Amino acid sequence: MKKFKKRRSMLYIPGNNPAMIQQGGVYGADSVLLDLEDSVALNQKDSARILVRNMIKSIDFYDTEVCVRVNHLSTPFGLADLEEIVPLQPSAIRYPKTESAEEVGNLLQIIEKIEDRHGLQHTTMTVHAMIETAMGVQNVFEIASKFTRIDAITVGGQDLTADMNIIYTPDGAGIDFARKRIVMAAKASHIDILDTVFPDVNDEEGLRRETEYAKKIGFTGKAVINPRQIDIIHEVFTPTEEEIRKAYRIVKEFRANAAAGIGVFAIDGKMIDAPVVHRAEYILKLANIEIAQN
Amino acid sequence: MKPQTSSQAGTFESSDVIFLIEPLPEKSGRKIELFSTVLHQYGESFKKTVVEMLDQYEMTDVHLIARDKGALEPTIKARLETAIKRSLGIHEGTVI
Repeated sequence: MKKFKKRRSMLYIPGNNPAMIQQGGVYGADSVLLDLEDSVALNQKDSARILVRNMIKSIDFYDTEVCVRVNHLSTPFGLADLEEIVPLQPSAIRYPKTESAEEVGNLLQIIEKIEDRHGLQHTTMTVHAMIETAMGVQNVFEIASKFTRIDAITVGGQDLTADMNIIYTPDGAGIDFARKRIVMAAKASHIDILDTVFPDVNDEEGLRRETEYAKKIGFTGKAVINPRQIDIIHEVFTPTEEEIRKAYRIVKEFRANAAAGIGVFAIDGKMIDAPVVHRAEYILKLANIEIAQN
Repeated sequence: MKPQTSSQAGTFESSDVIFLIEPLPEKSGRKIELFSTVLHQYGESFKKTVVEMLDQYEMTDVHLIARDKGALEPTIKARLETAIKRSLGIHEGTVI
């Protein structure tokens, strides 16, 4: 069974910023993304790559998942990034501007060759595909489903709007279709799906509104560009006490009924069947609650 | 090895260190100047890290200046490695 990872928030940390990287584990995000791509100047790519390598080796990130965003293989930096980072086996490599399953296949071949050279298994580190072009949105079902090593996909709102020649607006109208299509691809493939960043760090209400919308349409988490945004995102993606109580009751009663050979039953006059139980189990996982099997 | 060109790596930001490397004439050895906001407490270990890395790359005929703002050891090593590689003309996977 696949290990459950909570990914409500993923904090972007520029790969050439030692002060932020060394504190990566104390901000409280579920994941940190050490970025070698857009946040690093073209003439500092070598510097950031060496810094991120040393930091991953030396810094304790505690329970925070560590991912590294590498540059695309079509740039002069992508292969050098993989050669440096893959041997360290962070939790995941994030690949930007993914446009096809073929591209993912090529990336995985390179990753596996590096792992073979270092005597590493192909099953530890996962890959996240970033969908941030119209072509990526078009091919997202295949990208999400063809390789088991892809365990999350993400939307890159800024690049996507640029690729579509439209302006990113606070209501997200331009990327709404893309968001929903990408969510559906992730759900069909049973993998995580993270929403794009909310760029205005001073607009807390706007962040909450956008995060609530993302949750409503199926996202499992959201990218973060400033540690100040983490708490709001966690509040939205963490179930309320009432939801947890209800979920606990549903799972408890489901197990008791199942033991008695009853599949469908009612709580407070509402029918409880497998999909409701499935949702309740997910809520308990998000709340870090395990119900012991009797 | 001897630096081929002048180089630098790092920044003046807090928790970072900037290294400047310049080639010196033949048989000059090493000239090292270290400045740090935490020199009194960590000067010895800072110097040891720098010398070990210069030894590792067998660097000689080099003038090295460091200005440290409280960088951790992995940062010091990363910035110095970058400066050394740049001075040796190794620019893999970057744009200069």
